[in-house]
Amino acid sequence: MSEASANARQPQEFEKALSGSDTAVANFEVSERSGLEKVQHFLHASPAAVPLIVLVASLLVFAVIIGGRFFSAFSMTLILQQVAIVGFVGAAQTLVILTAGIDLSVGAIMVLSSVVMGQFTFRYGLPAPLAILCGFAVGAACGWLNGFLVARMRLPPFIVTLGTWQIVLAANFLYSANETIRAQEIEAQAPILQFFGQSVRLGSAVFTYGVITMVVLVLILWYVLNHTAWGRHVYAVGDDPEAAELSGVNVSRMLISVYVLAGLICALAGWALIGRIGSVSPTSGQFANIESITAVVIGGVSLFGGRGSILGMLFGALIVGVFSLALRLIGTDPQWTYLLIGTLIIAAVAVDQWIRKVAG
Amino acid sequence: MKKSVLRAALLGVSALGLAAVSAPASAAGVSACLITKTDTNPFFVKMKEGATAKAKELGVDLKSYAGKIDGDSESQVAAIESCIADGAKGILITASDTAGIVPTLKKARDAGMLVIALDTPLEPADAADATFATDNLLAGELIGKWAAATLGDKAKDAKIAFLDLTPSQPTVDVLRDQGFMKGFGIDTKDINKIGDEDDPRIVGHDVTNGNEEGGRQAMENLLQKDPSINVVHTINEPAAAGAYQALKAVGMENNVLIVSVDGGCPGVKNVEAGVIGATSQQYPLQMAALGIEAIKKFADTGEKPSPTEGKTFVDTGVNLVTAKPAPGVESIDVKEGLAKCWG
Repeated sequence: MSEASANARQPQEFEKALSGSDTAVANFEVSERSGLEKVQHFLHASPAAVPLIVLVASLLVFAVIIGGRFFSAFSMTLILQQVAIVGFVGAAQTLVILTAGIDLSVGAIMVLSSVVMGQFTFRYGLPAPLAILCGFAVGAACGWLNGFLVARMRLPPFIVTLGTWQIVLAANFLYSANETIRAQEIEAQAPILQFFGQSVRLGSAVFTYGVITMVVLVLILWYVLNHTAWGRHVYAVGDDPEAAELSGVNVSRMLISVYVLAGLICALAGWALIGRIGSVSPTSGQFANIESITAVVIGGVSLFGGRGSILGMLFGALIVGVFSLALRLIGTDPQWTYLLIGTLIIAAVAVDQWIRKVAG
Repeated sequence: MKKSVLRAALLGVSALGLAAVSAPASAAGVSACLITKTDTNPFFVKMKEGATAKAKELGVDLKSYAGKIDGDSESQVAAIESCIADGAKGILITASDTAGIVPTLKKARDAGMLVIALDTPLEPADAADATFATDNLLAGELIGKWAAATLGDKAKDAKIAFLDLTPSQPTVDVLRDQGFMKGFGIDTKDINKIGDEDDPRIVGHDVTNGNEEGGRQAMENLLQKDPSINVVHTINEPAAAGAYQALKAVGMENNVLIVSVDGGCPGVKNVEAGVIGATSQQYPLQMAALGIEAIKKFADTGEKPSPTEGKTFVDTGVNLVTAKPAPGVESIDVKEGLAKCWG
């Protein structure tokens, strides 16, 4: 034994070649990076950077063009209020897209949840907090259905949610008979439904509870996605489900948990929606699915899954909000807003493809 | 698509052949079609209710169709094809695509059917045998007059926000918007176009998609443009409710006059609550009931409905509903409005 350890200190004859070899740790960097490659790597490492740069640049440009009417604390916080609902739904959408899925039913789940919260209170006379819980249960159930069909039945997410979008929306209209519950009635009988419409004022800045909750939710999700096992598994499942499965991740359970969480967030969005518009309206939120996908894509989250930051989604939503308000203040035809947002979407996906080459 | 048109046309021809053989035997078995933009909007729900009740009363066999969403013209084309194939006597339609639907409706008319446009005129309007609709220009004019009369002397310094429907400026949007200006005393320039006016009292126009969410956002945008707004014209009552929320958020709800068009029950209740100052009420149930009567009459006698005196369409009536009547503007009170409201 002691003889063996003594021998170990002395390199044996056949090991002598080692002393002459490279001692550096294995490295994938083959050559010096050019400037452009450095940018590419930086963007690959920090996916929220591009939308943040675009957001700041567009704020500056519009601030110069329009001036104080746009670049004021009130206007800036107004944009936050206008994108709050998209921010909530976009958070749900980000989770799903990170798993290489897509959720077309988010807006429908949001509206159905808000209708359940309203109708359970006013039609059946349930206490409002209980009705709100029922709304969350409905959101979770819709999410679970999506997750079950995607994970267990192995159906493509696009098809599954295309179906549930229609089903949930139809259920919403059938159940509500397209009946609006007026703001005044809610205010008088169940003010808690409008909870997220209340606001905190700091000077001329107005932060509604909805805005604050949305930002906090995004920050929590950002932490969870980056610093917890569950969060890393979301990325892993989206990047390569087979590799994730082989590494011991229960992929189908992960997927179901993601869709259920997305459903719950949509229900929260539904509650916040009541705060925003005051009333419970079954026709609202018709385009929330498209708006949330827009925010996610402009935010630099890859539609192929496994890459992107939820903060990027928030920046993406804000970019759309900044463009909408600024162009309206300039007084352009609303169609210009859509045209510019369309251009941004394509530009964002093109940049994403370029960044992906680093990984490829 | 082309194939299905052909097939429907063939079916239509054969069905007509059969109908021609069996028609003289009895006037019974008159069938009609109702095609609405959607079957979720309370306005169309009420329309269907009115048509169904009238059809039952007159012994007309009514089949109802609807687009999936507002703007879904494809489903409406398919519905017309089905009606032709079915050998219906007439079609009542609220067209989603007022110009695009015309060629398909022409096929129906060529097949001997009576085509009546409900609520939304076609482009051109004579593509239908008759149009049964609200006088939207008058609806706008009434709320414009009311707002001007209520403000009195202050009307000349008013700051007005226009919350319109969609960027494409559909006819109903233009008529209500320009009608309001006419009633309020604003030079409309080209009365077929929104946005060519230069009256300094106009703060701006924004679009709402006719719902609460859009109404709130549009109001916020225009308030950013000019916070001294004191009159708001809204395309419909959900948009008005949204605008009210935006005004309330900045504590301005008591200084601003909101006017609207529709007369749905939640809207009239908002008039009662003081959210909306006045609204022009329209009568979808009446439109549909009159439409069914016209088809029955056409089936029995071959006579087509003729337009209201002095107008290009059959006016189904409009009333101003307000809790605060203004001098010189005829109106009905909230109680009567609630008795006649829809949705």
